[in-house]
Amino acid sequence: MSRIIASAAIRGAHTWVERAEKKLAELKESVGADHAVEFPNTAYYLPVIYGLTGEKVEKLSDMDKVLSYARDLLPEVPSEKLWLPYLGPTLDSGVATLFAEECLEAMKYIDGSPVDGIWLGAADDVIMRARGVEFVDGSAPGFAAVVGAAPDNATAVKLAREMQEKMLYVFMGGHDGGTSFAEQLDAEGVQLGWDTRLVPFGTEVSSQIYSLGFATRAAMAFGGVQPGDFERILKYNKMRIFAFVLAMGEVTDEWYATAAGAISYGFPTISTSDIPQILPTGVCTYEHVVSNVSCDELVQRAIEVRGLKIKVAEVPVPVSYGPAFEGERVRKEDTFVEAGGQKTTAFEWVRMLDATEVTDNKIEVVGPEIDELEEGARVPLAIVVDIAGRKMQQDFESVIERQFHHLINFAEGVLHMGQRDLIWLRISKAAKDKGFKFHHLGDILHAKLLDEFDAIVDKVQVTVYTDEAKVEEMLAKARLSYAHRDERMAGLTDDTVDVFYSCTLCQSFAPTHICVVTPERLGLCGAYNWLDAKASNELNPAGPNAPIEKGELINASTGEWAGVNSFIAEKSGGAVQQMTCYSLMENPMTSCGCFMAIIALLPMCNGVMIVNREYAGMTPSGMKFSTLAGMVGGGVQAPGFMGIGRGYIASKKFMSAEGGLARIVWMPKELKDAMASSLAPRIEELGIPNFLDMIADESVGESEDAVLEFLTAQGHPALTMDPLF
Amino acid sequence: MTDDTKTIDINAVSIDPTAAEMLEIAIAEEIPTVFSRAAAMKPCPIGAEGACCKLCAMGPCRISGKDKEFKRGVCGATIETIAARNFARQVVAGAAAHSDHGRDVALMMKAIAEGEIEGGTIKDEIKLAKVAGYFGIEPTGKDVMTLAGEVADAALAQFGQQTGELAFVGRAVPKRQDLWRKLGVAPRGIDREVVQTLHQTAPGNDQNVENLMDAAVRTALGSGWGGSMIATDLQDIIFGTPEPVRSAANLGVLKDDEVNILIHGHEPLLSSMIVEAAQLPEMKELAVKMGAKGINIAGICCTANEALMRQGVPPAGNMLHQELAVLTGAVEAMVVDVQCIFQGLAEAAKHFHTLLVSTSEKAKVGENGMHITVDEHHPLAAAKDIVRQAVENYANRGETHIPTASTPLVAGFSHEYIRYMLGGKMRASFRPLNDNIINGRIRGLAAVVGCSNPRVVQDYGVVNVVRELIANNVLVVVTGCAAITSGKHGLLAPETMEFAGDGLKEVCETVGIPPVLHVGSCVDNTRILTILTEVVQEGGLGEDINDLPAIGISPEWFSEKALEIAAYAVGSGASVIFGGVGSPVSGSEHVVKYMEDTWMERYGAGFFFIEEPQDIVVKSLDLIDSKRAALKIDVPQERVLFDMDMRREISV
Repeated sequence: MSRIIASAAIRGAHTWVERAEKKLAELKESVGADHAVEFPNTAYYLPVIYGLTGEKVEKLSDMDKVLSYARDLLPEVPSEKLWLPYLGPTLDSGVATLFAEECLEAMKYIDGSPVDGIWLGAADDVIMRARGVEFVDGSAPGFAAVVGAAPDNATAVKLAREMQEKMLYVFMGGHDGGTSFAEQLDAEGVQLGWDTRLVPFGTEVSSQIYSLGFATRAAMAFGGVQPGDFERILKYNKMRIFAFVLAMGEVTDEWYATAAGAISYGFPTISTSDIPQILPTGVCTYEHVVSNVSCDELVQRAIEVRGLKIKVAEVPVPVSYGPAFEGERVRKEDTFVEAGGQKTTAFEWVRMLDATEVTDNKIEVVGPEIDELEEGARVPLAIVVDIAGRKMQQDFESVIERQFHHLINFAEGVLHMGQRDLIWLRISKAAKDKGFKFHHLGDILHAKLLDEFDAIVDKVQVTVYTDEAKVEEMLAKARLSYAHRDERMAGLTDDTVDVFYSCTLCQSFAPTHICVVTPERLGLCGAYNWLDAKASNELNPAGPNAPIEKGELINASTGEWAGVNSFIAEKSGGAVQQMTCYSLMENPMTSCGCFMAIIALLPMCNGVMIVNREYAGMTPSGMKFSTLAGMVGGGVQAPGFMGIGRGYIASKKFMSAEGGLARIVWMPKELKDAMASSLAPRIEELGIPNFLDMIADESVGESEDAVLEFLTAQGHPALTMDPLF
Repeated sequence: MTDDTKTIDINAVSIDPTAAEMLEIAIAEEIPTVFSRAAAMKPCPIGAEGACCKLCAMGPCRISGKDKEFKRGVCGATIETIAARNFARQVVAGAAAHSDHGRDVALMMKAIAEGEIEGGTIKDEIKLAKVAGYFGIEPTGKDVMTLAGEVADAALAQFGQQTGELAFVGRAVPKRQDLWRKLGVAPRGIDREVVQTLHQTAPGNDQNVENLMDAAVRTALGSGWGGSMIATDLQDIIFGTPEPVRSAANLGVLKDDEVNILIHGHEPLLSSMIVEAAQLPEMKELAVKMGAKGINIAGICCTANEALMRQGVPPAGNMLHQELAVLTGAVEAMVVDVQCIFQGLAEAAKHFHTLLVSTSEKAKVGENGMHITVDEHHPLAAAKDIVRQAVENYANRGETHIPTASTPLVAGFSHEYIRYMLGGKMRASFRPLNDNIINGRIRGLAAVVGCSNPRVVQDYGVVNVVRELIANNVLVVVTGCAAITSGKHGLLAPETMEFAGDGLKEVCETVGIPPVLHVGSCVDNTRILTILTEVVQEGGLGEDINDLPAIGISPEWFSEKALEIAAYAVGSGASVIFGGVGSPVSGSEHVVKYMEDTWMERYGAGFFFIEEPQDIVVKSLDLIDSKRAALKIDVPQERVLFDMDMRREISV
């Protein structure tokens, strides 16, 4: 009976468009047609409208054209008898709905703010790019757009936990008779926000436009799809963004209309109420509307309907476990026990041992267990993990050890920060009450390391020390090992290895981009260095990290090798013929969309600026990060602009073709501060001890003129270097 | 002659009750019809099986009887040669008719572009640009009329082209193009193929069955991927690409209190002008003055289909209804253009006040009929003239007898609209169709096309084949008279999905379509070539049309044009079954087998003659299922769930 759905969706679309037209007329009356319209910090205007039509809505009057286009898309409601085909018209009315909803939500920023209480409103580009990495590497396999409310709060919490454990983002918008899923979670004290993947957009279903805005931007930012190329934007979403709508409650005409819009993106609707179904496939990968699904089966069913496979390793711990809990905070007052954080000695250490020395799954706690401690206790802590494996290498110790942070953090009620002997661990009262013990740290690491590193790791044994003397004893050994690793890393340079690694991890999202990861240039997302890539290649030789034989050196200063060129030419299907590793100007490396920072040429200053993605202000290039990002992403070479991982700034090879570090003339203060310690040795080599102070920041100004004036006063070396081009 | 009208059992000639109703009048008034003449005149048994050769004055020769494989014509011709030659000539005649239709459309577009046709416009500029692309013409930056002129010139050049390949060959899937080149059947020029095959089949010429049959296919492809396709595309450009419209079919669409004008034949130009002229206030006023409430236009045959799809004009019936419509006494004018116009129409019209107006220099109809050679530069003036005479003729109307039967329908499924309806403006594609074929909701595709034939019970074959196919989850598209037949019997109403199998019904319910889609006139069978090509290109169902679970069926064929359509369908990779009367080559077992088996080997598609609808359905489902098995989609498809590795492999 999809005619019922079509009729409801088309009626709903008429309502949405009328509502937007009315609101627009009122606002034009009150604030004027030229009043600016924007979502916060985005280069994509109203992203759904921009993506699907190419129209840039910057002021209220720009909405006229969009809404008239929406009106043109509105069909008649299908007749009772001798009806004309309604699927195409219904999908059109869904798109019209999205345009109207996006206008309505944008107008909320004019006469109030959608950011209110728990509600977050639009996701800006920083969030989109930072979270984009998770969608790219699979740590977030997709998102659920939740509309309405669960039958009761307990069910809401259960569903939220289930989705978190399945690593999904949960985008919440729309209420059922005044109750919303997000408010149900909030009432139960569940932490909401981007960090816990439970994202409340707004009370009205129209706020789900932010979900689609996120998805639309992904296609442009990562997929390199041009604004206005609606066909490719929607196909990209169908093929690559694994999202679905969970409708809980009475499905109104307005919900149907919004769902029809989501279906154009390939996002199906799974409903708890008994509404008609649309099972034949085609616009979505599988079914379009599946209904009458019980809350117990809802998430699993939705995942199947969307065609998603989520691999969740069973971790034998008494608390929820998954990436969604990585961002959860354990506040001081909620803490049962803590370790490290400058208050006690605490560290973690992976050591490779011979197979005979490791007993798999031997997990031992040496010293007091949690249940022997008082609330608020602070303990010394050592997590020592012994690994044996036929393909295990000493180099992989650090790769594996760096996983501890997120693996431990994934446990609900457990907070982990830092690495090596700088860790800080908190275990919440709630987790303790559920039976979480130090022993479970070992269980987590054992289960996850065997699962994720199955090709390298054969045996894992874990010893958790809380006995002070033992902790100190082991720390001395661990520090020897850390020092040894640092020495090895220092000796590991681009010149001393024969192979680099490609990284195409993000090809699920950015199909045309290929990273080349070298010892001295990590991946632009900051998440993968050369050793990670090497380990990954051992794990999965046919996987996203392939070895690249450097081959003949063509140019040492630009970092161009024949082997790299031929690899890139082949893998990009000829789109990129030559690529350098250390040059901004000459065949620079391409970018996906998840770079941590962007280097951009400042021609008057004869240098470059670097802006990190967290910096929302204007830059001397005349563009904000979000706008710059639009020029850099999508797998194209853009000389003068390049996406990078922060770590590359402190590399000896940083822009060696153009003279290196001395070219940096501007960075946001927060980036300067964050990089200060790692840049210190480079600055020493440069021989200008106060170089960091010579780099302008936002306090100097946002125009290139102001920066130039500052540089001249400072005598910045870039001014006297060779011209950049 | 008059006795013949009494020899027929009026209830046995048709399953459409209006036929019996009108034939009662025919018998009472002693008016001969196609039905009575068919009863009086048995088909020539020699000609029926393709065994008569009358190419030269040494004959005619007939090769029949028990020892026919040893018999020879005077020149020594074997039954194989004679049957193949006759068949090739029938195909040539059909191709000539369709392609010449296409030529006229191209000439019209040329005249419109040059501003020579009063009121002539270009309705579909998007399609104009698309078709320009097929001819290698850059559309950007050109005004509409300039581009239309260039496209018309390019189209016209296809007719006289002598060497190379027709431009639209490039629209076929690459594998099919390669096959045509390998077999030497890629058409070089539309007219050249027609002329060469006529030469080839002349006395004392080609005596090789394979060579003759390839010539037939090449000539037919020159129509299907040439003249006919030009006709369809250019008509869409000029008159608008069809989108679904509501209408109704059967004699009940005639109105007792209005002036009825019937348009009959195959071309849309004059008929569209007549529809336009009839809507002019001056004409309406005149009608009222004459005592009528208005002017009603209805159609017969493929002119009806053209006007139905673009203007919602109701079809009064298929080809066999042309005389029956006149018998209502309610037709003020029957305006005909070309093809399928019975000479008997003139005789029927004489018994009533009906003006029979023939309008094409290629088809002067009726000894006492009124022939107007339409000034092609002033078609609206001609149309107004015709409408005025029709309205004035209302005064001469006598007693009328209009059957009440008129069945609602939805028509107008161009391939462009099918793409749209499956995904909306932003996701238009054939993907949902392919997906649902792959997942088995739709078992296969069938095109039920072609004519009506008084040698078999009218509408029986089409209706039974279509009903059985949809019950078996086969999505049906219809064209030509089969489309009108389907409409008359309620098969084109969306409510008909109730009679479809569960899977097909679900798809119909999702999209809002009937399980039987009206895709056009008989020249529009090229739309089906485009649909099949796009289905292949959409992916997942093989690499060529012959991989698809698809079949063409003409349950009640009569015309040479039908044979030509069958030949280009087979040449394009779609098997064809003809029903009703037997094979026109049945005199030669060798040629029959050649069409069934050798064509299957050469083109991946065969041509079968199966008389009974039930047997046609069985064979169709067999062919469809064998394709499904070859594609390995005969078993339920597993749900593929995507993990990250698989997602990285996806290409957008």
